Amino acid sequence: MEWLETFWATYSTLVLSVGTNVLLALSIYLTLACGLLTVANAAFMGIGAYTAALLSLHGSLPFYLSLTLGALLPAMVAVMLGPPTLRLSGVYLAMATLAFGEIVRITLLNTENLTGGALGLNGIPQYTRWFDVFAIVVGALYVLLRFAGSRIGRTMMAIRQDEVATELMGHNVRAYKLFAFTLGAGLAGLAGGLNAHFTFFISPNEYGFDRGVEILAMGVLGGTGSPWGAVIGGLLITLLPELLRTLGDYRPLLNGVILILIILYSPNGIWDLKRFIRSRHFVPVS
Amino acid sequence: MLILSSITKAFGGLQVLQNINLAIPEQRIFGLIGPNGAGKTTLFNIITGLLAPTSGNIEFFGHSLTGLAAHQIARRGIARTFQNIRIFKDMSVIENVMVAILRQARYSALRVLVPPALLGRQCVERSEARSLLARVGLAAKAEILAGSLSYGEQRRLEIARALATRPKFLLLDEPTAGMNGTEKHQLMEDIVKMAETGLSLLIIEHDMRFVMGICQEIAVLNFGQLIAQGTPEAIRAIPEVVEAYLGNESDGDFATAK
Repeated sequence: MEWLETFWATYSTLVLSVGTNVLLALSIYLTLACGLLTVANAAFMGIGAYTAALLSLHGSLPFYLSLTLGALLPAMVAVMLGPPTLRLSGVYLAMATLAFGEIVRITLLNTENLTGGALGLNGIPQYTRWFDVFAIVVGALYVLLRFAGSRIGRTMMAIRQDEVATELMGHNVRAYKLFAFTLGAGLAGLAGGLNAHFTFFISPNEYGFDRGVEILAMGVLGGTGSPWGAVIGGLLITLLPELLRTLGDYRPLLNGVILILIILYSPNGIWDLKRFIRSRHFVPVS
Repeated sequence: MLILSSITKAFGGLQVLQNINLAIPEQRIFGLIGPNGAGKTTLFNIITGLLAPTSGNIEFFGHSLTGLAAHQIARRGIARTFQNIRIFKDMSVIENVMVAILRQARYSALRVLVPPALLGRQCVERSEARSLLARVGLAAKAEILAGSLSYGEQRRLEIARALATRPKFLLLDEPTAGMNGTEKHQLMEDIVKMAETGLSLLIIEHDMRFVMGICQEIAVLNFGQLIAQGTPEAIRAIPEVVEAYLGNESDGDFATAK
């Protein structure tokens, strides 16, 4: 068992990061599955991280309670932000959510009394254990897989393909979008809370534009056809830099090449490769 | 019964519909004809809630539809197809229909979380969708991607999907566009059968043989105004209608159609 201890000592952060990144990928999967291009998830993650961390630091609340509140607050923010922004689509929605992300980051930077501003929050108790992350990822994945296989998932897929037609089939498209956005915000907040409790330190810049794009990359890379796509995307984006470590400075280059190849050959993500290959041999039953 | 009272629609200064009064009775096949740009599709969009009328009121079985969202109107029993087909191309044929089956509208989110094996419940949606597909002759293609259907098949799929919402009124926007003669004939038979089951239909169509052949009543729209309404025989005899359609010529499809 000694090797396991050595392994854990070296890689525990990485393993936990895989977990929180998969959660983040699942959070963006929800909105992407409805055809919504939102990049607010990094900000929701930040709200969750700061909420949970502050409650642990100053409120000395039980860990699970602060985690829960760290998921609920971003979800509540999403409920308020959703109605005005989700009317937009495409790039405009991306811009609006991007602006929201900046507002959150700048607010965190400037409320120094509470958040410590640019210095961030230090000494967050390291409560997150591997099984917390594992249980939450498995739980979230289960729920989303059940959704995907039910009429909820079917309706979301229909919304992505043709909003107007779905609405005219009697579905409240806005409600579906708000549901996906809110649940995604909650998941991102949960990921933030978990993350804050093993990294010891958080600062506003961790939840800025870069993180937003990274989350989006995980979602798009893995594919939005199934929650499994998000899992693959989260795994890859986290592990790829580690696997390519030997390449040194060329690492980002190869990272980019892999992304381009996937976008070129399987625009619906890695998850879709299977379907792409299958469809070439597909003979319709007649 | 669908009653439109003084419906007016203006896009900026452009009056697309002017003071439309129309009562469409139940269990009828009602035709809406008129040259391109007359405002027919706009009227469909207003009835289904995609557009709000500038003024006027729509009443459906005694209840006003004013201010209702499109999905609420759909749930009241008005379904439609589109001039430019709007099926879900990347979903299978049967999934297209399943999306529109609304019976379990109060499907609880919590119930979704229980594994289906534990519920021991057959997928009622799938079997219902299958029988709807059989009605439009697409049962054999249930599992293929909707986008790979032929044009005529896609139109029939759209009708099956609209029927899945269990409408009282079905609005068809140029259902025969892109169909060949055999398909048109088949569709005419299907529509007559649908009307026999108690469905009311409102059809926009340019194929006069089709319209004259199946509609019991026809309304004619020209430049946003209702210029005539009546039985096919009566409509054919009105000179303004012929003129609206064909300019001043007296020969052509319209006059020769039986």
